[in-house]
Amino acid sequence: MTKLFDNIPEGPLADKWTKYKADAKLVNPANRRNIDVIVIGTGLAGGAAAASLGEMGFNVKSFCFQDSPRRAHSIAAQGGINAAKNYQNDGDSTYRLFYDTIKGGDYRSREANVYRLAEVSANIIDQCVAQGVPFAREYGGLLDNRSFGGVQVQRTFYAKGQTGQQLLIGAYQALSRQINKGTVTMYNRHEMMEIVKIDGKARGIIARNLITGEIEKHSAHAVVVASGGYSNVFFLSTNAMGSNCTAAWKSYKNGAHFANSCYVQIHPTCIPVTGDHQSKLTLMSESLRNDGRIWVPKKKEDSQAIAKGEKTALDIAEDDRDYYLERRYPAFGNLVPRDVASRAAKERCDAGFGVNKTGQAVFLDFSDAINRLGKDAVEARYGNLFQMYEKITAENPYEMPMKIYPAIHYTMGGIWVDYNLQTAVPGLFAAGEANFSDHGANRLGASALMQGLADGYFVLPYTISNYLADDIRTGAISTEHAEFEKAEKAVKDRLDFFMNNKGSKSVDYFHKKLGKVMWEKCGMARNKEGLEEAIEEIKAIREEFWKEVKVPGVQNSFNQELEKAGRVADFIELGDLMCRDALSREESCGGHFREEHQTTEGEALRNDEDYTYVAAWEYKGDNETPELHKEDLKFENIELKQRSYK
Amino acid sequence: MNLTLKVWRQNGAEDKGRIVEYKMSDISPDMSFLEMIDVLNEELIEKGDDPIAFDHDCREGICGSCSMYINGEPHGPEDLITTCQLHMRSFKDGDTIYIEPWRAAAFPVIKDLVVDRTAFDAIIQVGGYVSVNTSGNTQDANALPVPKADADAAFDAATCIGCGACVATCKNSSAMLFTSAKISHLALLPQGKVEAQERALNMVEKMDELGFGNCTNTGDCEVQCPKGISLDNIALMNREFLGASLKSEK
Ligand SMILES: Cc1cc2nc3c(=O)[nH]c(=O)nc-3n(C[C@H](O)[C@H](O)[C@H](O)COP(=O)(O)OP(=O)(O)OC[C@H]3O[C@@H](n4cnc5c(N)ncnc54)[C@H](O)[C@@H]3O)c2cc1C
Ligand code: SF4
Ligand code: FES
Repeated sequence: MTKLFDNIPEGPLADKWTKYKADAKLVNPANRRNIDVIVIGTGLAGGAAAASLGEMGFNVKSFCFQDSPRRAHSIAAQGGINAAKNYQNDGDSTYRLFYDTIKGGDYRSREANVYRLAEVSANIIDQCVAQGVPFAREYGGLLDNRSFGGVQVQRTFYAKGQTGQQLLIGAYQALSRQINKGTVTMYNRHEMMEIVKIDGKARGIIARNLITGEIEKHSAHAVVVASGGYSNVFFLSTNAMGSNCTAAWKSYKNGAHFANSCYVQIHPTCIPVTGDHQSKLTLMSESLRNDGRIWVPKKKEDSQAIAKGEKTALDIAEDDRDYYLERRYPAFGNLVPRDVASRAAKERCDAGFGVNKTGQAVFLDFSDAINRLGKDAVEARYGNLFQMYEKITAENPYEMPMKIYPAIHYTMGGIWVDYNLQTAVPGLFAAGEANFSDHGANRLGASALMQGLADGYFVLPYTISNYLADDIRTGAISTEHAEFEKAEKAVKDRLDFFMNNKGSKSVDYFHKKLGKVMWEKCGMARNKEGLEEAIEEIKAIREEFWKEVKVPGVQNSFNQELEKAGRVADFIELGDLMCRDALSREESCGGHFREEHQTTEGEALRNDEDYTYVAAWEYKGDNETPELHKEDLKFENIELKQRSYK
Repeated sequence: MNLTLKVWRQNGAEDKGRIVEYKMSDISPDMSFLEMIDVLNEELIEKGDDPIAFDHDCREGICGSCSMYINGEPHGPEDLITTCQLHMRSFKDGDTIYIEPWRAAAFPVIKDLVVDRTAFDAIIQVGGYVSVNTSGNTQDANALPVPKADADAAFDAATCIGCGACVATCKNSSAMLFTSAKISHLALLPQGKVEAQERALNMVEKMDELGFGNCTNTGDCEVQCPKGISLDNIALMNREFLGASLKSEK
């Protein structure tokens, strides 16, 4: 069994990163322009990394599949970004943010990485403000904060409900500045199709130009995968339609380990599914739980009457409402972490208290806040979210409580990386949602944006330089190398297969089928029997896919079905790994809830004795069982406790 | 409901393109407009035809991808939304709906409804940023208070999603609203004020060079902008531009 090295620097927790930076090897400025770095993804992680590496003088090639780097999925983040600034003087500190993140992640993340994240968080806000990110401000001109779930301080910075947009535009502008300077070359409408390794090191990629269909070879001294999360394995999720796992999956198949893939976050407040035509789910930001109260009727008859349209929420008297989060978790109330809030909603709906036709919806009610603060104040805080809700549902949330239900939202699992954010393949780095590193089994709200920017602006510039210091004499990597030819051929063969397969079913048919299996058997609640069934069902879907998939159009031109076919092929394989990972983790923790492992009150029951490890899976071949490597998590600064929000 | 769609089909930049008619039945009013096209595309694939190419990603009105004219209006009949936020309840049984790509010299068609909007990126690249390094060696974020009114106005301008509806609706294909939104966003903040004039000069020059037309103040852009970006931004931009031009003449 190969051993995983986390490469965490020695020394006290609070000094590790400072010491790392002081000891890190550097590349002198004259050498940097002879070194090429490929960055896949222009979200917060990739955009920030490409801008920073370009600014340092490396020769950067940046890739995204959208028509512009500004459209990466990070643009859709709504609620905010955390930072331990303690501007509100409510006792926040680097240590508290670190502690909250470890606890929120149900003690399944690496202390050293999380501490570094908390440590650089304050700097992110300084950096973004200097770039002109228009965060919300108070009347005195200083920055405003709000709270998010799972914490008792106000440390979330925001720009109305468009925080992701504003942060991404900041990173995009920094990237644009480097493009103008010539340090970054931008390849939009390009899809990374394969990683190229030479002598065991990542040395380039094969990409498809999505306009012409041309297959291109790009070489580099290091490759960064910042391609986002894999929520779309469920077909329906809050992620953008194009979000996919291909870059991460190709990394896995080339030797990078895939860690904790079963840790998936289900967001409690999304607009419920309405019908089979549904293409995606829309998130209603967690920030709404600051002022919204979640409830269902106490009486089943009332729920049924509402579902039939005979009553509305307004007909239910105060005493007949069950504010079940406030009831079960008096200390945190409506602001419990996401996994807890989602499961509580499922519990009430499964018990028959759901409030729409499908029985899968609960109320999120703002009437108290409107009475207390006035409609204008509520509008100032959440105006765009309320508008978004009304556009989709044709109901006015100022007058009628929102109906919400949990949906797949974020993936904590991802490519295994060490302290350097380097994968098991030398020269291949992973950042942002694509890696597994900081959120354990559950991510706290407003921490993904923080992690993306921390990785991109502040961590990778040091760790990649440290790696590349040994590469200054390597010279340009030739794309004529046999490994490039081999990878290119594999990519072309697969595309040829899709174009020539005389199947009868569309790509979406398979994607929806996979999504259904994943949601039912590897979703909010899992058990052994269901997971074993899912593995068999996914196997059947995979066989049918390769026999029956139908891709219209031609290869050498713009072909969106062909793009989807490759992505869904990878999702099917990932689905299998997720079920295996979920099956092997015989405990409940964070977003991973195994029905066999719960307390008498229905809370998640961890097994610290046997499962305090990162499950990193190694690819062994297409029809082989992947190998499980365990990275033991050592808690030297925090004592493991049963998580309680009561 | 039943609908007749008349969709622009164009197989690549060289193709001349034409309108093709499709009949749709059983469309639910709860579907989004793009979900309605998904349904049509599934039918086309089933029949062995090429599905309609269109850009889309977030499907919640924030990425700016989903560009198309619907019955001659960018993003369709409703105000302040993008195509992905439009629902079929805005149409009636029996309606005929025309769907076409953005039409502007600076946005050439790639396929069907998909156009190339990289010209917008090119405008940002010549100055749509604050020239600060990303090293993190910046002063504390609260060291420089910004009046709330300025911060809010900067935010409003910064909500532009780069969709291109303003260009598409303008009879001159002018990119003034888009460009001015970025110039205002940054000029309204102390961090961006320093370079405001030079920024305006560079971005406006680039805009002209890329083949966008002049602004003749018809104001259609403001009406069609899904984010309600205000024409006031254009006035602010002209101030910065004029200031810069006067200086460079000296
Ligand atoms: C609706 C919503 C709201 C959210 N709100 C919040 C919030 O309020 N606070 C918070 O902290 N987090 C939030 N999150 C989570 C957060 O937005 C994401 O985790 C984060 O933005 C991911 O950033 P990223 O840079 O890792 O990846 P992304 O932003 O997903 O970017 C991925 C990039 O990779 C590129 N890419 C992918 N595959 C390929 C390929 N094969 N070839 C080439 N390019 C490729 C894409 O083009 C894109 O540029 C939210 C998420 C959603 C879905
Ligand atoms: S100004 Fe409005 S219409 Fe123009 S690109 Fe921006 S958001 Fe779109
Ligand atoms: S698809 Fe993103 S704005 Fe419409």
